[in-house]
Amino acid sequence: MEPSYVLLQIFNGLVNGSFYALLSLGLAVIFGMLRVVNFAHGAFYMLGAFAAYIMLQSFGINFWIGIIVAPLLVAVLGMILERLLIRRLYGLDPLYNFLLTFGLTLMLQDAMRLRFGNQGQPYRAPAELAGVANLGLIAFPTYRLFVIVFALLVCLVVWYLIERTRVGMVVRAATEKADLTRALGIDVDRWITPVFGFGVALAGLGGVLAAPMRNVSPLMGADLIIVIFAVVVIGGLGSILGSIITGFLVGVVVALVTGVLPQLLATFSPDLARVLPLTQLGDTLVFVLMAIILLVRPAGLLGTAEAR
Amino acid sequence: MNGSLRRYGMYALAMLLALALPQVLYPVLALDILLWALFAVALDLLLGFAGLLSFGHAMFWGVAGYAAALLARNAQAPFPIAVLAGMLVATLLAIPIGWLSIRRAGIYFAMVTLAFAQMVFFVINEARDITGGENGLQSVPRLLPGVDLHSSVVFYYAALPFILLGFWFAHRVVHSPFGHVLIAIRDNEARAQALGYPTRRYKLMAFVISAALAGMAGAFLSLSHGFASLEFVHWTTSGTVVIMTILGGIGTLWGSILGVAIVLLLQDWLSTANVAISLPALGTTSISFQDAPFVITGAIFVLIVLNFRRGVWGTILRLRDEPQAFTNFVRNLTRSRERVVAAEAKTTPPASLRD
Repeated sequence: MEPSYVLLQIFNGLVNGSFYALLSLGLAVIFGMLRVVNFAHGAFYMLGAFAAYIMLQSFGINFWIGIIVAPLLVAVLGMILERLLIRRLYGLDPLYNFLLTFGLTLMLQDAMRLRFGNQGQPYRAPAELAGVANLGLIAFPTYRLFVIVFALLVCLVVWYLIERTRVGMVVRAATEKADLTRALGIDVDRWITPVFGFGVALAGLGGVLAAPMRNVSPLMGADLIIVIFAVVVIGGLGSILGSIITGFLVGVVVALVTGVLPQLLATFSPDLARVLPLTQLGDTLVFVLMAIILLVRPAGLLGTAEAR
Repeated sequence: MNGSLRRYGMYALAMLLALALPQVLYPVLALDILLWALFAVALDLLLGFAGLLSFGHAMFWGVAGYAAALLARNAQAPFPIAVLAGMLVATLLAIPIGWLSIRRAGIYFAMVTLAFAQMVFFVINEARDITGGENGLQSVPRLLPGVDLHSSVVFYYAALPFILLGFWFAHRVVHSPFGHVLIAIRDNEARAQALGYPTRRYKLMAFVISAALAGMAGAFLSLSHGFASLEFVHWTTSGTVVIMTILGGIGTLWGSILGVAIVLLLQDWLSTANVAISLPALGTTSISFQDAPFVITGAIFVLIVLNFRRGVWGTILRLRDEPQAFTNFVRNLTRSRERVVAAEAKTTPPASLRD
């Protein structure tokens, strides 16, 4: 097996990992501050993609503006929903908000399906990112390379915001001990709505990034959110850096196990390679990884026992 | 004495209702209500009594449906055998999945079960040769040597004893010493552990029993409708049964039946009455509920979670126990949100869904 093939698989894994990281990062930010596991995260991802699509189709607004404006629109919708609905269930078991956002997901998806149908709508990648980039050993589609770099950049900025700035300090303090933070004279409640908006904006951004690669369709976030939950169980919702690393890691591991391992096996023992259906695993592999983690380290790779 | 008399009166009433149902509604819908009710009761056994919210119960309902359909279609198995096989498959699936899932609790348990159910969904979708993939399994017969079960009324009465047996079993489990240990675990797992109960084993048992009952219902469903499809194992099915259970009232087995009846009758009425509303904002002049069933289910979900967490049966019980609760309820509607939440957090009696 050539090293260039392995490298290609790793890059493919990083592309998927970019979406895992962006979405689980948003979930972790929201969960940390609000103790809400946002089921509607996949729906916000879908809405981000549709926002970019509608802007391009109806108003001719290009990708570069869309990638900034669409997440903001998603954030505004998220903040409205937080103010109107999600806010009313704080102080109760987090399962209630899980159920509430599940209901919202059904409504948002079905409403979009009524308007746009089940068929996926194509979204053209911007001309600047068309074609293939030569990386020496391998050639890789420019747009996909952009997705990896951009997602990585966003993740680093978010990490810096939360770990190294004053706003981030408030958010972290409120996550750890909300009452104590209030006692120090910091208005924690003022930050709750913006943090929710920020988290869903990351989902919306993921949607915009996905639009040129996958078709824009009402159900595009439906299956993804469950994969993201598995990623979150693997990594634990505990830390910001943890969700970023787990996201990319899961993407790469899945790509290697489905793409490289079968060929590796075939060189050693062709019989075993024929029996194990590794190449067909695809989407199920994330869940298998989750099962393994539950078996050996139930709190998650980077989680703490406290965050049950 | 008076209490037990009233209880037997309730049983008799429920029995009469079950016998009369296909005369009032069309038989397929009547059986649907019973089967979803058994499904919801199975979920409530786990949610209301062990405090575990499974968001992936469609996997047991669906897998059993497929297994029963395969056996009836390819081996011409009589329906009780097909149902038993379905239950067996659901049980066998529940043992490893339950064993892994109960390592987490609370919101993580919901996410883990949801993820495992999605895995089952993918596997069934991929195994096209056996399950028919997106087409599902069509023309599943329901057979019993010597009896013609083509009529759905006849099949209803043939299935009824089995389903009642399922209800009775769930009732017995909940009211047995085993059920009381579950409640103890739900309310304070550390204390139950300190008293010497192997809490994990109890939770796994509850999970497996719940899965077997869900499997029984799912197996009957595929026989009743004559097909098994991917919708059986889809996550929306898992969500639907959760909302039915909550609408009925968590931790009240009877309530789940009410919740199911309300949701199914509402859906049936909306789809046959062809109620439509106009939504200019969406760009369509009018939408019919037939085109968007999940807008309705989703809205029911949101409303119940926001304002009706006790459910129908929970509310009835509360009104019986403290009649002034109704006036409080009306007053709460006009009070500020924060105070309602604070007051409820202090006094929520079913308490199966709290930290």
